[in-house]
Amino acid sequence: MPDQLIFAMEVFLNGLMAGVLYALVALGFVLIYKASGIFNYAQGVMALFAAMTLVGIMNGQVPFAHLINAIFGTHVHYFGWNVPALVAIVLTMGVMVLLAWCVQRFVMRHLVGQEPIILFMATIGLAYFLEGVADLMWGSEIKTLDVGLPQGINLWIDESTFNIFGYGFFIDNLDIVATVIAALLVAALVAFSQYTKQGRAMRAVADDHQAALSVGISLNFIWVMVWSVAGFVALVAGIMWGTKSGVQFSLSLIALKALPVLMLGGFTSIPGAIVGGLIIGVGEKLFEFAVGPLVGGATENWFAYVLALIFLVFRPQGLFGEKIIERV
Amino acid sequence: MKKQLATMALGALMAAGPAMADLVFPSLSYRTGPYAAGGIPFADGYADYFTLLNERDGGIGGVPAKVIECETGYNTEKGVECYESTKGEGALVYQPLSTGITYQLIPKTTADNIPMHTMGYGRTSAKNGDVFSHTFNYPANYWDGASGAINYLLEENGGDLSGKKIALVYHNSAYGKEPIRTLEELSAKHGFELVALPVDHPGQEQKSQWLQIRRDRPDFVLMWGWGVMNQVAVQEAANIRFPMENFIGIWWSGAEHDVMPAGDAANGYKALTFHNVGSDYPLYDDLQKYVIDAGKAAGAGDQVGTVLYNRGLYAAMLAAEAAKKAQEISGKADITSGDMRDGMEALEMTEEKMAELGLPNFGPTFSVSCDNHGGDALVGVTQWDAASKTWTLISEFKPTDGDVIGPLVADDSAAYAAENNIASRCN
Repeated sequence: MPDQLIFAMEVFLNGLMAGVLYALVALGFVLIYKASGIFNYAQGVMALFAAMTLVGIMNGQVPFAHLINAIFGTHVHYFGWNVPALVAIVLTMGVMVLLAWCVQRFVMRHLVGQEPIILFMATIGLAYFLEGVADLMWGSEIKTLDVGLPQGINLWIDESTFNIFGYGFFIDNLDIVATVIAALLVAALVAFSQYTKQGRAMRAVADDHQAALSVGISLNFIWVMVWSVAGFVALVAGIMWGTKSGVQFSLSLIALKALPVLMLGGFTSIPGAIVGGLIIGVGEKLFEFAVGPLVGGATENWFAYVLALIFLVFRPQGLFGEKIIERV
Repeated sequence: MKKQLATMALGALMAAGPAMADLVFPSLSYRTGPYAAGGIPFADGYADYFTLLNERDGGIGGVPAKVIECETGYNTEKGVECYESTKGEGALVYQPLSTGITYQLIPKTTADNIPMHTMGYGRTSAKNGDVFSHTFNYPANYWDGASGAINYLLEENGGDLSGKKIALVYHNSAYGKEPIRTLEELSAKHGFELVALPVDHPGQEQKSQWLQIRRDRPDFVLMWGWGVMNQVAVQEAANIRFPMENFIGIWWSGAEHDVMPAGDAANGYKALTFHNVGSDYPLYDDLQKYVIDAGKAAGAGDQVGTVLYNRGLYAAMLAAEAAKKAQEISGKADITSGDMRDGMEALEMTEEKMAELGLPNFGPTFSVSCDNHGGDALVGVTQWDAASKTWTLISEFKPTDGDVIGPLVADDSAAYAAENNIASRCN
């Protein structure tokens, strides 16, 4: 088999893995949009906030230490204990639920019935507010996140492919873990929305707010629940991306990677987010491999959007999005 | 009544303006945003050095130093706003801490007669003081960095790089592209193959670049990165098992936070530098006594001795020494920004002077002149030890290839002079 074809296969597989990571971020957007029609600009910052909170809890960091020290003249920074990763994840989830309640209670509840653009603007404000709170709460230094996930080349794949092709493929163990977690997450989300009372209520709210209200579904409860689930997805994305690069403010920029996925997969479909992520991941990686060297490289960022735009032109609602039919 | 009002207005004006005797050093810092992890230690080091001078020596030449900090968020527009809002405070010298802000401020500082120090960043050809009268980039610039890396590799490879392959992983921006021309010239001179691999901002996803490195198997990888790009690159290099001792970053890719997330896998990674590492210097004892223990540190005191804290402190030390020189030349303690510019242009850093300051061998020795605003272009190499979590200077500050860099500086500055109608001033 020609070398270039073998290399392309390796790039293809890595593109799939990268796509899963993009899809993890996109899922959070889809959940909130599906349930409330809000494009949550703050989803990337939520991933950052969740990851910072997780590291802070694991390291026994005193939240708002700089503020406390400035006000009271103290020098406290750490409690002096470390929290096991699993416990810290549960505690972080508690913080994300609290955040969801605050968002609902102090922001969204006051904007019920407003135009979507107003709600979108509110999430922009929320993003910057949350970024500032995260900075104040945990500090802006880069933090190492280690929840025990494996990283580095998968030796089994390396050896197996070497025996077949004479060239060992590189697949990162972290990407494999991310794929498994994403699959479990999607299965859990689908099961939740199909087979639980709360899940069905969530779908009813997504279909028609007024009708859902008329049958006694609490909009407030559903929205808190949806923002909490989106917070959980943000935490998972934050763990995966934070393990790769350390937890730092650039983590909020991963939202940029989710936008073309959403354009392609549709804003209302969970499977769409996954398939969209895979198409974007594979598309950008193969394009960089094949065309990048001819045009000076660094094509991935813009090519992902070009790919999404092409899909958008032919299918505006995205691959799996619901077609909107307005009757006059 | 009118007299009372006039007195109150005058009082308010005096209270609002700086004390006439203060020597003002604005600090265009970035303590917030995506690059805060790099901005905070630099800003702390810069402020702490002046605090030390005030507390221990009563200032510079008997005049207290005053640091005015302005948050840029590493954003060019905000940086220019900071300049405009602080220049009237009696600013002596600006450290923009961003290549983007530097480019915007070159004409402004020249027109306002305020010098600017862009240490290890900014417009490389500003080394030519004959054209760039108010911009200084001593002790080293990006092209010195590129040459320093190649010189180090030459030294490690018996003086011969012919037939070797060197990959450059760079931030796809004006900053990241800076070394390419120099490396191309050096590639032609020494016979190595150069492969340039751009990484788009912010650099969180670099799988394609590192898969290519794994396929092409370059002998060495150089990196011009910043922010999250550094941490991801070090991790990806570890993932593909690229030998860390063959991976060298520019000085903006060589701080503790660049390697810590990768843990033990980052062991052996190297970075260029133009100042020394650690805190084992007599000056740091004074710093502990007069600044940190006294509760007067700019930050929490937890950054002392880190790479970027040392860089901030070094920048402040060079600014203070230039101010002393300016006081000496002008014959007055209360210097102006014009005097400061003259002081910077006559600055000479010797080993004796650094030892006197309590910072022996902290930086390269160099001197500045009218046509050389870049110093002597000496570059060192540091290496990361993951076990002890420390950087060590493994190669002393050594000369770079002036034969290659000199003509590049001359070409670029001549083009700038022609565009802006700048006449030669040093002859």
